[in-house]
Amino acid sequence: MGIESEFEIPVLTTTVEKMVQWARRSSIWPVTFGLACCAIEMMAMSCSRYDIARFGAEVFRGSPRQSDLMIVAGRLSRKMAPALRRIYDQMPEPKWVISMGACASIGGVFDNYAIVQGVDQVVPVDVYVPGCPPRPESLIYGIVELQRKIAQQRLAS
Amino acid sequence: MDAAALVASLQQAVPEAALETVPSVDLHPTIYASRDHLPAVARALRDAADLKFAFLAELTVADYWPREPRFEVVYIMVSLVHRTRLRMKVRLSGADAHLATVSGIWPAANWLEREVWDLFGIVFDGHPDPRRLLMPEDWEGFPLRKDSPVQIRRPPHTTEPLQVTAEEFRQNLERDRLSRHE
Repeated sequence: MGIESEFEIPVLTTTVEKMVQWARRSSIWPVTFGLACCAIEMMAMSCSRYDIARFGAEVFRGSPRQSDLMIVAGRLSRKMAPALRRIYDQMPEPKWVISMGACASIGGVFDNYAIVQGVDQVVPVDVYVPGCPPRPESLIYGIVELQRKIAQQRLAS
Repeated sequence: MDAAALVASLQQAVPEAALETVPSVDLHPTIYASRDHLPAVARALRDAADLKFAFLAELTVADYWPREPRFEVVYIMVSLVHRTRLRMKVRLSGADAHLATVSGIWPAANWLEREVWDLFGIVFDGHPDPRRLLMPEDWEGFPLRKDSPVQIRRPPHTTEPLQVTAEEFRQNLERDRLSRHE
């Protein structure tokens, strides 16, 4: 116990960096963006049975300008790639990307001319969630891993 | 109406057309037509009183590579008046894969023909808007041809060209501003 015991009211001391990290990781707002069937699992994750609200990431925003996280849920076609990049570019910093499922990560079963073989060719990816499709628990684990990553991001490098 | 009766009445409308019937397993009458008189045949199918196939339900193509002629363009039409369907096919060789557009007869053919051009490389002569439909504009090759490679490794585009000019953008802003003040 340090300076906290000097006051009559309860206080905590911390650093600005720790507080910012805490605030960022505790209210991740994903952008409403589903590309294929993985989006169904993403919706299940946000609903009451799995309830991502327990981890503070339940506020799916309709606008990329209000979002911190893009969950690429499904296979990305070549025609869609510029649109995905534009949505990513419209998100304000700091922002993160989760590549959800086999198709988004490496193309999955769609090893053909139409599908981008991994969204990391288009946007930088922070967490890859394997599965086809991943269960909602897997995606929740991915988000918790992302929170762990955010907690380690320094304000100044 | 069976295929023979259809061909008979179609032959009456377009005497010079080369038509033949083939047996079909799904009970839809099926005929082959040559591409030479296709616009006249299509117009007769739409307009003749005993045909009236006013609704083009599907236009696609099958690739039978390496057989020649390798392509068969398939038109599936519905006659709402006579409550019947018709499947018409047109054979095309691989070296000479073009035929006349029917988008002036059935407007529904416009995008269907663009899709067939995009994926199979069949040229529709006289098409009003012969751009690719599904693939990126600068794509090379026709991916649904049987001799086209499936696994193509090339980096994806991450930007798309500006769809309005700077002048159009300014005009849009001005129009928006005026509409707010009215």
